[in-house]
Amino acid sequence: MTDTPLLLVRDVTKRFGGRIACCDVSFDLWPGEVLGIVGESGSGKTTLLNCLAGRMTPDGGSVAYDSASSGLVDVHPLSEARRRLLTRTEWGFVNQDAREGLRMGVSAGANIGERLMAIGARHYGEIRQTATDWLGRVEIELDRLDDRPTAFSGGMRQRLQIARNLVSQPRLVFMDEPTGGLDVSVQARILDLLRGLVANLNLSAVLVTHDLGVARLLTHRLMVMQGGRVVEAGLTDQVLDDPQHAYTQMLVASILPV
Amino acid sequence: MSPVLRVSGLTKSFIVHAQGDLALPVLRDVALAISPGECVALVGPSGAGKSTLLRCLYGNYRVDSGSIQIHHGSARVELAGAEPRVTLDIRRRTLGFVSQFLRVIPRVPAVDIVAEPAIRLGAAEAEARRRAEFLLGMLGIPPRLWSLPPATFSGGEQQRVNIARSLIVDYPILLLDEPTASLDAANCNGVVELIRQRRDAGAAIVGIFHDTAVRDAVSTRILDVVPPRFPPGAPVGVQP
Repeated sequence: MTDTPLLLVRDVTKRFGGRIACCDVSFDLWPGEVLGIVGESGSGKTTLLNCLAGRMTPDGGSVAYDSASSGLVDVHPLSEARRRLLTRTEWGFVNQDAREGLRMGVSAGANIGERLMAIGARHYGEIRQTATDWLGRVEIELDRLDDRPTAFSGGMRQRLQIARNLVSQPRLVFMDEPTGGLDVSVQARILDLLRGLVANLNLSAVLVTHDLGVARLLTHRLMVMQGGRVVEAGLTDQVLDDPQHAYTQMLVASILPV
Repeated sequence: MSPVLRVSGLTKSFIVHAQGDLALPVLRDVALAISPGECVALVGPSGAGKSTLLRCLYGNYRVDSGSIQIHHGSARVELAGAEPRVTLDIRRRTLGFVSQFLRVIPRVPAVDIVAEPAIRLGAAEAEARRRAEFLLGMLGIPPRLWSLPPATFSGGEQQRVNIARSLIVDYPILLLDEPTASLDAANCNGVVELIRQRRDAGAAIVGIFHDTAVRDAVSTRILDVVPPRFPPGAPVGVQP
């Protein structure tokens, strides 16, 4: 086990006007760990994720990241250009709506290749070959390489977004409800894919979901949020099998058995 | 031999907030020390807290107080209140658990479910798969099922996939919750044989074995788990 966290989050707070979206959130994320953030709609999960990923500036607190290129950096004071470089090279972000994470006007191959070019790849043949490999890894037929994602189903778009994010071999991936809004069979395929990729690439990830089944399958640790605050945190199976807080007990008791 | 698992003062209760913060005491001041080659059978009436104790020992349930010291690698590590990554590392390398039910993962074939813990520990995929197939074969799962996801398997088949998954790594400490519960006599004997092999090879085992023949065949001693006394004023008959 390493002794340096990848992400150090301290007292992150974000308000919208007088309303608190998230309040005093602190945690360390360790290399290889997948942290789930669960809670119902409006609990502040996505706002927190956006603050962690540098997409939103918190009103208070700090997020520090142990980068491969330059050691520990404070994410929010970074210049826009440096933060963009970080998000293109060492981080990934998987949106719930794949259309927000893809360029819908260019081909699937270009969507994957773009990330590679952003980190310096220039050899067209190699970029195309890597893009093809990744289409295979996310189980998209290889003859769809030159099709635009507008012609893809929702599940295919989501898999393409995952390929676009992981092709540059990020160390840390943020995911916002990656299987939200998809049919259960499509969801199972994506969960299976993510489970394999996270384990094989030794990724660290922060995953926002309201689905406790998804959380159990993919995450090592959980934070339960209610009204912008973390009310309970711990090992995933511990939180789900022996919930301590009244809100967590209510969430776990609300799962419909199949 | 010095104990590889040492429990002292272990106390556990559940607080049910939906029932007006009802407190349900389950374990009080449990002590246990177990050395390599020993198999301790937990014995007690239904509701006495045997499964709860086993889940506490796996870090699946939190404890109110007490200590669970585990010999992990070359160190003694405290499991009670450990950080998630410490608990996960202990589970990866030291502590195996056979629960009563298999948690099936959509789309993942039985052989991969069994091989996974070995691969996570660094075994080559092909080698891990060979070991998985060997174990599945020993446990009487027909080869035509190996490449199928176990969601459609019978209860007994799922149970044996579960056992294979927990035995593919030579964990120094094994926790077994009714490992033969849904098995017929022939398959039960296969599981008993595997448990005895692990015990004789030096694993320290704590288990719940409802079947007394199984218990007699594998255990080296008994630990009585007694139901806790309810505090004055607590309702009777609501114990989990």
